[in-house]
Amino acid sequence: MSEHEIDTGRRKMLTVSASVVGAVGGAAALVPFVSTMSPSAKALAAGAPVEVDISKLEVGQKIQVEWRRKPVWIVRRSQEMISALGEVESKLRDPDSEALDMQPAFARNANRSLKPEVLVLVGICTHLGCSPTFRPELAPADLGADWKGGFYCPCHGSLFDISGRVYKNVPANNNLEVPPYKYLSDNVLLIGELDEEQGAV
Amino acid sequence: MSKQSGGIIGWIDDRLPIVSFWEDHLSKYYAPKNFNFWYFFGSLALLVLVLQIVTGVFLTMHYKPDAELAFASVEYIMRDVEWGWLIRYMHSTGASAFFVVIYLHMLRGLMYGSFKEPRELIWLFGMMIYLCLMAEAFMGYLLPWGQMSYWGAQVIVNLFGTIPYIGEDLAVWIRGDYVVSDATLNRFFALHVVAVPIVLLGLVLAHIAALHTVGSNNPDGIDIKKNKDANGVPVDGIPFHPYYTVKDIVGIVVFLFIFSLVVFFAPEMGGYFLEHANFEPANPLATPEHIAPVWYFTPFYTVLRAIPNPFFGVVAMGAAVVILFFLPWIDKNKVRSIRYRSFLYKVNLAVFLVAFVWLGYLGMQAVTPMASQMALRLSEVYFIFFAILGIYSTRRTAAYYLFWFVAMVAIITAYDVFRNNADIAALTWKTWAIPVGYLFVTLVLAAFTNLDQDKPVPERVTG
Amino acid sequence: MKNLIKSICLTTLLVSTSAWAAGGGGPIFHMNVDTGNQKSLQRGAKTFVNYCLSCHSAAFSRYNRVAADLGISEANMRENMIFTGAKLGDTMTVAMTAQQGKAWFGATPPDLSVKARARGADWLYSFLKTFYIDDSAARGINNKMLPGTSMPHVLWELQGFQALKTADEHSDHGDDGHGAANHSPFKLAVAGQQTEEEYDRTIKDLVNFLVYLAEPAQLQRKSVGVGVLFFLFAFGIFAYYLKKEYWKDVH
Repeated sequence: MSEHEIDTGRRKMLTVSASVVGAVGGAAALVPFVSTMSPSAKALAAGAPVEVDISKLEVGQKIQVEWRRKPVWIVRRSQEMISALGEVESKLRDPDSEALDMQPAFARNANRSLKPEVLVLVGICTHLGCSPTFRPELAPADLGADWKGGFYCPCHGSLFDISGRVYKNVPANNNLEVPPYKYLSDNVLLIGELDEEQGAV
Repeated sequence: MSKQSGGIIGWIDDRLPIVSFWEDHLSKYYAPKNFNFWYFFGSLALLVLVLQIVTGVFLTMHYKPDAELAFASVEYIMRDVEWGWLIRYMHSTGASAFFVVIYLHMLRGLMYGSFKEPRELIWLFGMMIYLCLMAEAFMGYLLPWGQMSYWGAQVIVNLFGTIPYIGEDLAVWIRGDYVVSDATLNRFFALHVVAVPIVLLGLVLAHIAALHTVGSNNPDGIDIKKNKDANGVPVDGIPFHPYYTVKDIVGIVVFLFIFSLVVFFAPEMGGYFLEHANFEPANPLATPEHIAPVWYFTPFYTVLRAIPNPFFGVVAMGAAVVILFFLPWIDKNKVRSIRYRSFLYKVNLAVFLVAFVWLGYLGMQAVTPMASQMALRLSEVYFIFFAILGIYSTRRTAAYYLFWFVAMVAIITAYDVFRNNADIAALTWKTWAIPVGYLFVTLVLAAFTNLDQDKPVPERVTG
Repeated sequence: MKNLIKSICLTTLLVSTSAWAAGGGGPIFHMNVDTGNQKSLQRGAKTFVNYCLSCHSAAFSRYNRVAADLGISEANMRENMIFTGAKLGDTMTVAMTAQQGKAWFGATPPDLSVKARARGADWLYSFLKTFYIDDSAARGINNKMLPGTSMPHVLWELQGFQALKTADEHSDHGDDGHGAANHSPFKLAVAGQQTEEEYDRTIKDLVNFLVYLAEPAQLQRKSVGVGVLFFLFAFGIFAYYLKKEYWKDVH
């Protein structure tokens, strides 16, 4: 090694600037690799919104469709069912649907739907994931005289009303989830997509 | 180094010798100061290895090693996976880049005598790495399950079937089936993704450890450890870090630039990196017109095809690779670097390089009578090169040179007589001049001129 | 020596033609591919879904990707280009199974997703332009690029039907109206809806689309590449000066 004045200032400046530029490049190079792990076009297509035609849905009837591998229920509620919603509120854990994760903004109320007569819910019990049974009838023998219609989960006995709101003193803690959805027309729902006005969760 | 980081480093160093490791292998590993262009390829090989492993891991997240699903999964990566096309192209280009880098790295070894004493073990580990690399590339190529993947694998595995007595059973055992099938694909996937990379990493570690034990060679081939200063530091040596770390970064940038030109603008490389026939899904019932291995195997493929007998063709091809293992014991000339070797030595090496490239070119072509003759003659040249290297280990008498000239011409001619028939007679005798001319230049000229004389080797590196 | 050189030249010639897989021979026509021409790709896509997609699948391609890459609105795609009831995110498959295809046509119509990478644009262009009347063939139609093909001349409505020129007609390299000698081995026997130029443009658009279809990423690949090269060049300058600075120490 020869003896000469080492300009450490210049050396440091060059090292730092080269490192910074290199680090930027390195970070940019990471982006494609990390992105390959996000959902592919195939996953996105499989998770795409589902159109449902409810023109043939009768009052008191429930149909089930699949969205993102989850069962989604659509129920046409009668006027009696809708009126009875107020009567059970004292028995419910979260009657006004205040828990933020369980429904879009439009469903943070008693009806929990865009149109009161059509209920849309994800059919998975919020306790441990079984699929509850549909119990629209009034006062059946096993659920008691006060039963105004709703859902009963056979796995551990959780109870939900006809808006999917969870009862007190049952294993489940949360209301049934309302998925994002919107109306494409009076009789056609699109499960999986929100209308811009209704906004996010 | 601040007191705090000294503390942490000190804490670790008390438990794991990272400081001495850093010094022995980087900041106080003294490498010759005259490394030139040819000395970039070691670090580039390491870079490509890392690149292949990283891109490989991300490909494995989406690829399906099932005969029914494999081809589609590759297109899934190319289209549906975000940035999947880039990862795929990096991996396919990286495979070819690996061989470009490795061949140039080996050529450096050949030119500067880096395989000679005391570096024989480094060379042996390197040859093992080369073998593993060929296996890795071969198995990786089956994975896209295209026509070329399938039929290339079928042909090469059948080569194992030519071995007497055990061949058929061996081929069935390798395939896991009577033809290349889903069973073969799955096991090649396991070997390509897990087993061979682990072995490769181990061998690369051994290769570098062996190198650091004896120290690096240099373009002048002289031993820098013979000339040390008062502190025991070689006067012609410089610490690897920071001088070669900083220089290798420039090399890496230039490499990545050329690499990116291919990845982004010519990933197929005219059908040489991604063969056109491989965009047809594998069809066991339809053989493509023209089965050729990927370009990096073609020189050895030509040697295989040059011998009509299947088994002896395999033996010849194997010998062409294996003979490289013995290089340190074939060329025992004390002068390491081509810079100080005789004129005839340089001629010998030049002919070898031309022959190797030409063998590669022939491997991509269909077989014609003339091409077939050329293949054999160039294979003869390939093997003669090693014989000449051995002869040039020291200055010989005229009688010695002439004896070997006569002996080798006799062997070649005997084989020609043995294999001759009316169809090829004209071509045979015309092309006989090639190996014989080569032998004449390297041996007869050596006998009667001074062109076989090596030059004096300097004491200090010349840069 | 002369033979040696001749043979080397011959083998070199073989390289250029054997790089592509040939069925009946090398492509006889050449076209300049232009996947940067979005309008051409759109026209090609329209031809593709209207004529090809009934028998040939493009099972690796999704409708929404084609729409996004070609600047076709989702509504337009749904209404005018998807005839099977498939959703926008679905792959471009056909209802016909492989066995049905084999039974009805004699050979399963192959998937066209990556055909352009397997055969090349010139081959596809030549294939689509060399259907001709051949009484000796099973269906009365043959093809110069794939003799004995099971594929009918699907685009006959547009091109009409060609016949092979006789020996006399072939040697008369007359003016084809463009001041250029007409070296095509075919003459038009039955006119179609399009003129020769219109049909040529239709086929060029279709092949452009097929080249895009074989590798949709090519539309972004080059622009990303330019960015990468710029960065590497810039970083290279820093790296180079850093190296030079440290190597001042070494003499």
